[in-house]
Amino acid sequence: MILNMGPQHPSTHGVLRLLLEIDGETIVRVMPDIGYLHTGIEKTCEAKFYQQVVPLTDRIDYLAPMTNNLAYCLAVEKLLGIEIPPRAQWIRVMLNELTRINSHLVWLGTHALDIGAMTVFLYCFREREDVLRLFEAVSGQRMMTSYFRIGGLALEPPLGFFDRVKDFLDRFPANIDEYESLLTSNPIWVKRTKGVAYLSYDDAIALCATGPTMRGSGVDVDLRRDKPYSGYENFKFNVPISTDGDVYARYLVRVAELRESQKIAKQALEGIPEGPVKADAPHVVLPDREKMKTQMEALIYHFKIVTEGFTVPPGEVYMPIESPRGEMGYYVVSDGTAKPYRVHMRSPSFANLQSLRKMCEGRLIADVVAAIGSIDIILGDVDR
Amino acid sequence: MALQPAITDLEQLKDLPEVARLLAWNAGAVAGAKFDRNELTIWVDRTSLRAACLALKNDSELQYNALSDITCVDWYPNEPRFEVVYQLFSIPNKKYLRLKVRLSGSDASVDSLVPIWPGANFFEREVFDLFGVRFDEHPNLTRIMMPENWEGHPLRKDYPVEGYR
Repeated sequence: MILNMGPQHPSTHGVLRLLLEIDGETIVRVMPDIGYLHTGIEKTCEAKFYQQVVPLTDRIDYLAPMTNNLAYCLAVEKLLGIEIPPRAQWIRVMLNELTRINSHLVWLGTHALDIGAMTVFLYCFREREDVLRLFEAVSGQRMMTSYFRIGGLALEPPLGFFDRVKDFLDRFPANIDEYESLLTSNPIWVKRTKGVAYLSYDDAIALCATGPTMRGSGVDVDLRRDKPYSGYENFKFNVPISTDGDVYARYLVRVAELRESQKIAKQALEGIPEGPVKADAPHVVLPDREKMKTQMEALIYHFKIVTEGFTVPPGEVYMPIESPRGEMGYYVVSDGTAKPYRVHMRSPSFANLQSLRKMCEGRLIADVVAAIGSIDIILGDVDR
Repeated sequence: MALQPAITDLEQLKDLPEVARLLAWNAGAVAGAKFDRNELTIWVDRTSLRAACLALKNDSELQYNALSDITCVDWYPNEPRFEVVYQLFSIPNKKYLRLKVRLSGSDASVDSLVPIWPGANFFEREVFDLFGVRFDEHPNLTRIMMPENWEGHPLRKDYPVEGYR
C-alpha cells in the first residue's frame, strides 16, 4: 500500500511530501517528493548585482541566515581577492556560532516535540528567543539578518552588544544541562531513538550525507577544522563524533555541538581585536555616511556601487562552509560584469534528505518521524 | 591577498598529484586543467567521466571518496554550451577537486555517477530539471524542483526571467 505523508504534516518541518510504500506498518520504500518551496533563487541571483544577492541568501536556510550570508560573502570575496579585517572575521565567527546555537535549539525543540517530549520545546524556544534578540540588536532583524556584507559587516555592533552576548553565553551551559536532564537518560526518549534509523559509515559517504548526520555515523569531517575559513584556525574546539549511526547518536552529536559552539563563541567574544569592520576596498564597500557627506570621492563611489554595482574579475569559486546542517557550498561564476553569471547553492538539507530512504527501510511508520527530525532538514534549504 | 593570474597550461600543472594521476591513467581523457584562486579544475572528456571518478576514488593516495556537489553552467550562445561541474572531496586528505565536462547543446548527455555514489541521484535530477542535461543510466531521471508538467528548463540562459510562461 502507498501512504501519502505530507506535504502539510507537522513533523516534516515545512512542505515535504513523502510517499511511503508500506507492508502492514513496515516501510518498504520511502520516496520524497520535494520542490514545493522552489522559488528559483539561483535564477534570481543572475539578475541582481553581487551585493543584492546577500538578502536572498537569508531566505534559503531561514534558521541559519548568518551562515548563508557568510558562505556567499566569502565566495565573492575570494573572487575579488580582498582581505577582511580581523575584527570583522571574529564577529562573523561569533555570530555564526550563535546561529548554530539558534538552529540547533529549534531542531532540538521540534525534534523532541515530534517524538512526544513537549517540555523541551518550551525550554529551547526560551533560549532561542535570547539569540534572536541578539540578532535583532545587531542587525535590526530577528531572522532575515543580511548583516554580513561583501567586504565585512554592515556596521559596527551597537553599544552594550558584547555584554549581552557574554551574559547569554555565561548562562547557556546550564541550559544545555537542563535539556539533557530531560532527554539523555529519559527511558522513553532512549526507546524511541536508540537503534532507530541506522545509517552506516559507508552509506553516509555514498549517499552524500553531511554535517551532524554524517558525524553521527562516524565520518570525521568538520569544515571549520578541516578547511578553516574566516579565521576558524585560531579557535580551539572539538568535533563531536559518534559511531552508532542512529537517531540517538545524532542527538548526542548535536547537543555536544551546542557546547562546542558556546565555547567558540566565547573565545571569539573574548579575543575580538580592535579595528575596522569593513575591508579597505572603496570600489566594493559602501563608504561611511560621515565620509559621504564630507568627501567628494566617497560620494562618487557610493553612487557608483548603488547604481551600477561593482565588477568582479572573471573566474569561479566553490566556497564550502560548515553550516548547522553540514556542508553549505556556494559555487559562484563571474564573467567580469557586475552581476553573477551563475550562483549555485549546494545545500546540506538537499543532500541529507537522500539518506532518509536508507534510514527508514524496514522500520515502522512512527520511526519516519524520528528519522526526519534527526536529519534536521529545512525545506527552504532543500528547494531553494 | 592580490589575485594571481590563473594557470591554464597543462604542462605547468602536470606535477600536481591529481593531474598527474589522471594523465598517467589516460592522457587522452584529460581535456585541460586550471589552477585559479587556489582551486584546481580538471576538464574531463565526457565519455570517460565515470571511469575518471572511479580512478580518483580508488587511488590509494588521492582517495577522492566523497561527492560534494553536481551543478551545471550554461554558456549560451557559445558552444559547447553546457559545463557540468562536479565537486569531489577526499575525506582522508580533506581536499576538494573540481571536475568539469563540456557538453554541446544539441547532445547534452553524460554518464550518471549514481553507480559510484548513490547520493548523486538528487543532484543529477536537479541539473536535468533546471538545465535539461540528461544523465545516462540514471535510475529515475524525472523533474525534482519544477512540477512534472512544466515546459522548459528554467536555469538555461535563454529561458526568460520575466513574463508568463
